[in-house]
Amino acid sequence: MPSRIFVTGLGFISGLGNNVQENLDSLLDLRSFIGPVRHIDTSLKHELAVSEVSLTNDELMRDAGLSAKSAYSRNALLGIIAAKEAFLHARLDKHTGLNTGLISGTTVGGMDECEKYYQDFLTNDSKNRFIETYDCADSTEKIADHLGLKGFITTISTACSSAANAIGFASRMMRAGKLDCAVAGGTESLTRFHLNGFNALKILDKLPCRPFDATRNGINLGEGAAYLVLETEETNQKTGNPVLCELVGYGNACEAFHQTASSPDGAGAYLAMKKALDMSGETPDAIDYINAHGTGTDNNDLSEGRAIEKLFTGKIPYVSSTKPFTGHMTSAAGSAEAIISILGLQQGIIWPNMNFLTPMPELKFQPAGEIIRGVDIKLVMSNSFGFGGNDSTLIFKKHGIH
Amino acid sequence: MAYINGIGIISPQNTLPGSDFLEPVVEHTSEFMKSLEPVYKLYIDPMASRRLSRLIKMGISSAKMCMQDAGLEVPDAIITGTGLGSVEDTEKILGELTIEEKFLNPTPFIQSTYNTISSQIAINLKCHEYNSTYVHRCFSLESGLIDALLQIEEGSALNVLTGGIDEMTLNHLTIIRRLGLWKLEPVRNLDLWSSALPGALAGEGAAYFNISKERNEKTYARLEAVETLYKPASTGQTAEAVLRFVSEHGLRPEDVDLVMMGNNGYDEHDRICNEVMMQALPSASRMLYKHLCGEYHTVSGFALFVAATILRKQFIPSSLLTIPIPPGKLETILIHNHFRNTDHSFILVRR
Repeated sequence: MPSRIFVTGLGFISGLGNNVQENLDSLLDLRSFIGPVRHIDTSLKHELAVSEVSLTNDELMRDAGLSAKSAYSRNALLGIIAAKEAFLHARLDKHTGLNTGLISGTTVGGMDECEKYYQDFLTNDSKNRFIETYDCADSTEKIADHLGLKGFITTISTACSSAANAIGFASRMMRAGKLDCAVAGGTESLTRFHLNGFNALKILDKLPCRPFDATRNGINLGEGAAYLVLETEETNQKTGNPVLCELVGYGNACEAFHQTASSPDGAGAYLAMKKALDMSGETPDAIDYINAHGTGTDNNDLSEGRAIEKLFTGKIPYVSSTKPFTGHMTSAAGSAEAIISILGLQQGIIWPNMNFLTPMPELKFQPAGEIIRGVDIKLVMSNSFGFGGNDSTLIFKKHGIH
Repeated sequence: MAYINGIGIISPQNTLPGSDFLEPVVEHTSEFMKSLEPVYKLYIDPMASRRLSRLIKMGISSAKMCMQDAGLEVPDAIITGTGLGSVEDTEKILGELTIEEKFLNPTPFIQSTYNTISSQIAINLKCHEYNSTYVHRCFSLESGLIDALLQIEEGSALNVLTGGIDEMTLNHLTIIRRLGLWKLEPVRNLDLWSSALPGALAGEGAAYFNISKERNEKTYARLEAVETLYKPASTGQTAEAVLRFVSEHGLRPEDVDLVMMGNNGYDEHDRICNEVMMQALPSASRMLYKHLCGEYHTVSGFALFVAATILRKQFIPSSLLTIPIPPGKLETILIHNHFRNTDHSFILVRR
C-alpha cells in the first residue's frame, strides 16, 4: 500500500506579500500589485506590467539573516525566504533524524546577476564570485545549505511547470520510501533575460492580464518563490504536524506538439489532468475547483479551456486563473498556485479570475468572476503548463474526508 | 533495478553507431574536447534542423540512436539531465542584451530553456507520456536515472529514455577558467595525466539510455542503483556512503571489480576521488576515462556507456587506463563522480 502524502508546511513570497499570511491577506482583499518594473534596469521598464516582490535584494538578505560576503542571486534569496517559511511551519528544525529531500524548480536560475556581469565574466576577474550563481543548481544548494539539509537534493526545469513537477517528483520519491519528507516547490526572480525573451515572443500584455477573457492579450510576468513541506503518513505520525491537506493526484504529460505553442484542442493539458485524476481515484465531478494555468495568452486559455471541457463532460467545476493577482511566476507558478489552491481549500473560498469581463465565444464555461466564500471544497486541481508542452497537474484533497 | 537495453552517444571519441568500441582513440589538442557529431540528416529533418542549435541536434540525434539501438519506436517516458542546457543560445541572448534590448531574436530564448531538449525529443518521437528535465550540476544525469528507475519500480513505464547532455563553448570556457579549476592552455587529451599544467580539461557530450524493466537480447547491463550524496563532511563519510550503497545491494566491497574514477586532472579534485576509493574499495581495479571525453556536468553518461559496454563485451579498450586489468569475468562496476566535493554520485552497474 503506497504511503499517503500530507502537506504540512507552506512558504510563499510573491508580489502579493512576503509570507503566506501577507499573500492570503492580499488575495482576500482582491489586491494585485501589477505595475511597471522597479527593481530591474531594463529599457522595457515602462512598457511592461509585472508583479515584483516589493523587497530589494539587500532587504531580502537582511530578512534571511545573510551576510553580503557570499554571492546570492535574487533567485536564491527568494527561494531561501519561502523555503525557510515552509520548513519552520512544519517545524522541521525540531524534527531531527528525518530523511528530508529538497526538490526545487527553476529555469532562469541566477541569470539576474549573470546578465549584469556577463561582460565582466568575459574580460576581467572582478565578478568571479557570481560565475557559479547563474546555473539552476545554485539556488537549490543555497536553500539546502541555509536550512542545513544534507539529504537528497535536485533541481527540475520544465519551464512554467517546474515547481509542479518538483512537488510531483518529491511525492514519488516519498511513496517509493526513498524520503520521509521533502521541501518542494520553485523559485524564479524576474530578469532582463526572460522579460526580453517573452517580449520577443510577443506574448506579454502591457495592461493587467485577463485570463479566459475574449479580450485577453498576453501575460504579466511575476516573480517569487513557493515551497510546500510534504510528509508521508508514517512521518506525520512521528512529527504530529497538523495536516493541511493531502496530495492525491499528480499527472505529467508532454503535448509533443510545438516548442512554444499549445495544440488548439489542448491534448497535453487534457492528458495531464486525466492522469492526475486517475491517480487520485476520483471522478471528474468530485473536483470542486480548478486553479487553471490561465496565462492570458490567446493560445493557452483556448487550449486549456477546451481540455477542461473535454475532461469535465458533466458539471464543470469552478475555474479561475489567479495570475491576475501574482503575475505569471513561471518556474514558481506551480507551487505558488498549489498554495493558493490549498488556502482556498482551507478557507472554503473560490478565488476570482480577476479582470474577467467578456466570455470567450469558443468556450461553454466562464471562470469565477467574483470571490465566492463559504463553499464546501473537498478537492482542488492545479494546472501548470510549460513551453515544450510540459504539462502537469496536481490534485489536493481536504484532510480527514473519505 | 532495471536493464540498459539501448545506448545512443555522441562524444569526443568514436562512439557513433557503427564504430568500434572507442577505437581508434581520438586525440584532441584544441581548447576543449569537442564531440564528433553525426550526420544530422540521418536523424533530423534538414528543414527543421536548420533552426536548431547544436546542443538540441545532439540531443535529438543521440536519443534517436538510442531508440534504434534498443529496437523501439516510442518510450514510456523521456527524461533529460543537463547542467547548463544550450550554452550557445544563452550566450547569444546575453550578448544581445549587452548591446540593446527589445530586438531580441526569440529562437535562442526558446532553445536556451533547458526543457527544450526533452520536449524536442518528444516531438520527434511523438511521445506524449511523462517528460522531465533535471538541471543540477553533477546530479543532472543521475537524477534522471533515479527518476527512470522509479518509473520502472512504480510500474508507470516499461522502458524509459533518459540521458545527459552538455556542450562547451569557447566563451564559456573563458569564463569558467577564471575559477582556477581548469587548464589555462590547451593540453593534448592523451597527456592529461602527465601534464604539469594544473586543472581539468573541458569536454562535452550527449548520452541517452534505454532503461527497461525486462532483460532481452539487446541488454548491455543491469543498472542496479544510483545514489547521490550532497556535501559530505569528510572523505571518510563519502567512503562510508560508498560501502553502505554497495552493501544495500547485496554486495561485499570485494565484489566490485572495477571503479570508474571521477579524476579529471585537477589535483584537489583527484585527491578526493583517490582517498574515497582507497578507503572504501581498496581491492577494486580503477579506471581513468576523462582523458577521452573531458570534464562536464553530465560526464557520467560517458562513463555509463563505457561501463555497460565493457560488461556486455567483457573487453576493456586499451585507451581506458585500467590498473590493474581485472582478472576473469567482469561482473560489477561502480561509477563515482563529484563536483567540487559537493555533489557526489554513485552508479552501480552489473552484468
